[in-house]
Amino acid sequence: MTAHAAAAPREVAPQGSVGVHTQKLGMWVFLVSEVMFFTALIGSYIILRWGTNAEWPEPRTVLAIPVTALNTFILICSSVSMVKAYAAATRDDQAGLRKWLLLTVLGGATFVTVQAFEYHHLIEKGFLPSSGLFGAAFYTMTGFHGFHVTCGVLSMIWVTIRAFRGKYAGGKFQGIETIGLYWHFVDLVWIILFTIVYLI
Amino acid sequence: MHWWFPGNASSVGGKVDSLFYVILYITGAVFVLVEATLLVFLVRYRKRSGRTATYVEGSTRAEIIWTSIPAVILVSLAFVSQPLWSKIKDSDTYPRDATHLGLEAKQFEWHVTYPGPDGKLGTDDDFMKRDSIHLVVDRDYVLEMTSRDVVHSFFVPAFRLKQDIVPGMDIKLWVKPTLTGTFELACSELCGLGHYRMRGVVIVHTPADYAAWLVSQGEATPADSAAAASNSGMGTP
Amino acid sequence: MTATAGAALPGHAHADDRSFVRKYVFSTDHKIIGIQFLFLSLFFLLVGGLLAMGIRWQLGFPGQPMPLGGWLPQGVAPGGVVAPKTYIGLVTMHGTFMIFFAVMPLLVGVFANYLIPLKIGAPDMAFPRLNMWSFWLMIPSGLLMTASLFVLGGSAVAGWTVYAPLSNVPDYTGVHLGQQLWCVSIVIFGASSLLGSVNYITTVINLRAPGMTWFRLPLSVWALFITAVLAVLAVPVLAGAVIMLLFDQTIGTHFYLPAGGGQPLMWQHLFWFFGHPEVYILILPAMGIASDVIANGARKPIFGYASMVWAMVAIAFLGFVVWGHHMFQSGMNPTLASAFMVSTIVIAVPSAIKVFNWLGTLWRGSIHFTTPMLNALAFVSMFIIGGLSGIFMASTPVDMYIHGTYFIVAHIHYVLFGGSLFAIYAGIYFWFPKMFGKQLDERLGKVHFALTFVFYNLTFFPMHILGVGGEMRRIYDPTVYEYLRPMQPINVFITVSAFLLFTSQLVMAWNIVRTLARGKQADLNPWRDCGLEWTVASPPPHGNFATTPTVYHGPYEYSVPGAAEDFIPVNQPPAQVAETRR
Repeated sequence: MTAHAAAAPREVAPQGSVGVHTQKLGMWVFLVSEVMFFTALIGSYIILRWGTNAEWPEPRTVLAIPVTALNTFILICSSVSMVKAYAAATRDDQAGLRKWLLLTVLGGATFVTVQAFEYHHLIEKGFLPSSGLFGAAFYTMTGFHGFHVTCGVLSMIWVTIRAFRGKYAGGKFQGIETIGLYWHFVDLVWIILFTIVYLI
Repeated sequence: MHWWFPGNASSVGGKVDSLFYVILYITGAVFVLVEATLLVFLVRYRKRSGRTATYVEGSTRAEIIWTSIPAVILVSLAFVSQPLWSKIKDSDTYPRDATHLGLEAKQFEWHVTYPGPDGKLGTDDDFMKRDSIHLVVDRDYVLEMTSRDVVHSFFVPAFRLKQDIVPGMDIKLWVKPTLTGTFELACSELCGLGHYRMRGVVIVHTPADYAAWLVSQGEATPADSAAAASNSGMGTP
Repeated sequence: MTATAGAALPGHAHADDRSFVRKYVFSTDHKIIGIQFLFLSLFFLLVGGLLAMGIRWQLGFPGQPMPLGGWLPQGVAPGGVVAPKTYIGLVTMHGTFMIFFAVMPLLVGVFANYLIPLKIGAPDMAFPRLNMWSFWLMIPSGLLMTASLFVLGGSAVAGWTVYAPLSNVPDYTGVHLGQQLWCVSIVIFGASSLLGSVNYITTVINLRAPGMTWFRLPLSVWALFITAVLAVLAVPVLAGAVIMLLFDQTIGTHFYLPAGGGQPLMWQHLFWFFGHPEVYILILPAMGIASDVIANGARKPIFGYASMVWAMVAIAFLGFVVWGHHMFQSGMNPTLASAFMVSTIVIAVPSAIKVFNWLGTLWRGSIHFTTPMLNALAFVSMFIIGGLSGIFMASTPVDMYIHGTYFIVAHIHYVLFGGSLFAIYAGIYFWFPKMFGKQLDERLGKVHFALTFVFYNLTFFPMHILGVGGEMRRIYDPTVYEYLRPMQPINVFITVSAFLLFTSQLVMAWNIVRTLARGKQADLNPWRDCGLEWTVASPPPHGNFATTPTVYHGPYEYSVPGAAEDFIPVNQPPAQVAETRR
């Protein structure tokens, strides 16, 4: 048996485990660390904006709220398609799985692309990371979020390719749930960011 | 003694020292007791032929005792420390009639601003001295501290006082010297390459000496100072 | 789905036909990864120690040319004399290397990786490939940090605590690239730490063998598990803070710069929010290792096992609400400081509980003074001192005097060296035979222990006196201050002791080299320990267990009345134990 490199038993539920599949548990732990990372950034934003008397422009005078609102909607839709993808996987509906995964990739890629255009537009207007605390915080927070979405999109593409190769057929759909968790997390962080950075 | 605290020269130093000694006696006693117990156990329960260890899993009673006693001692310590802390650091408790001095810390100097004859900081008759703070014994002062660049820390060991100075913040510290003499001031927060030589002195005068100092600096005429020297404690030096 | 005893679950130990590179270099085997961490961290322990020698030379003999100092570039040490900028670089990098590249990887990278799967009866970690990445990310991180010593402008000089604005404005120090490399290295380190922690947590939760319930886990595993939880929650905050610092240095942001509306104090809050749990990351695994070794050495169960577990949980939890005690004098709101004083004082209680339980374990034991046991006992006795000295700084008015002085340096080193490092040594001597199949020489081990213990105390205890005398930290030349000059003989004494301490470590290095080269094969279970790792070969095969073990007993069944041996391995079937009782 040469599979020992990945030999740690994943499907076995040994003594006293919490009944959560190992891969999913690992993703949850990873997401906790991500929550702490974004908490550091969001916490800093809150302190800098409302805990000091630093100069702070009204976000809507700088940022394009309508476009970003649409972009938010697209990202939320991609979360919906992710849910549908997982549902299809549990039913062993491979065609459905592939369709919904492709739509998720599309939604995520669109989000990142629109964000990139937004950045370009803002930089042309002269709004940079060095443009006051708002600029610094805006680019840092949305930039790291965008980075996380990009990694998500790339992972999603890889999962989609594997789905086309039938790797998630016959009940072996754990991987879909795992990446789904990451995707929903990234979406949730965006909703928080959009509210705090753009809307309030 | 040169290998211990410098002599206390401020109004709060005595209380800080007392608190230190209380903690020293308690921790010292605990140290001796616990380490001695450890040593006794190591000798008494060392491996010897004909003796095996006694299988004991624990004792809830012991746990309760050695949790509650330290807890009580430690929490009492917090209660004892709190009032002194508030008195030293809470600017709301500072004497209203204290003389205010400005202290700007920068790499690697202390710029001290004196209020001048009008007794008010921020007016035209203020004057600045570098690296030396002149005070009158038994008077209340409030240092209004700022930093021009990085985080510094105002530390006068003889006063037992320390206060970090963070750029962008206005920091106040109450000081009341109780001994005349010259006391060293050190920066105690790493502030760059010259941190080690960011030294100053605090010179505590009698009122008469202070008046003489003012004259010698050209900041007052002998007449001004003679009049001022007979004042007792109100603002103007 | 529960498994019945032994037979139902196949094990994974088997013949290994992989190439040398896959087996020993890019290995996914947790044991190899643990050993890789061991050699990497021992190397950085040496680097940290050398940097400390530079610090001590300057403090003991300010302005004197250092031995071999002539070899250093003139900018760094003109005429062989350490320059002021070099000095604060030494101070910064000593702390950085010791904390991130020596103690953390030694405690966590080595022992979590090596011990967890073996002690819980698993064939490997939950995510072996991620585990491999966890080690290999340390390489670029370590390289960047080491490179930062040699770049133009010099290494970072703002202390391991990197306070802004000293750290994010190059003009204040003349350091550009050195500080930026520091930041990038730490972010990569954070990723390495995270991948490890995800593994440790998931593995302990999900891969325990049948019968290995939570309250049968050895305290070393509990400690490493809790430490991993701390890391998952704290390290990302450091990453966020450091990234913002890096942006201040590179892309013109002003997060921590007052000129742009930023807040230097925010750096301190973010850093110490990480920094305090970090010190518990540095001590909890040491406590766990000490517990395993002391129970074994005293031939007795750990006294109050459940209390020991809950004490560690309490320390971890409280560890998140005490960070302000590093900032008492920072200008923070005094009432907030008082709140932190209370939480700080409370956290002393669970630590005290642990000390008393270790004493309780020794009480009525049968103590074998082996090298690991001596080191574990030193851990307890030195941790007592380190913990007690912490009480002085918990009291805010007293902290006002001792903050930023050598009293703090004494405290740090009593808990990190007297505590963590002695426990690390205990762990190395204890598990070396299992790792390498050869046991370190006991006589050399005891010599190493004795020399280290004596010179360590001679080096660090006098620092308490320096602190009470008012000597500040990070000072290039104490003799600038008149009130410090009388204490200069203490500095000389400490310096000489430190050199002797450093040299004494060569005894252990020699022991390791000699044993690996020509030591004889060790017994399977030389310490007569109950743990699962001692039931397999030394070193264990890939996959660890031929069949998945079933656990029947608690972790410290030593000197059980009526048993044939003075220890019962955790997987010994009850029928077998019962037979021996007749």
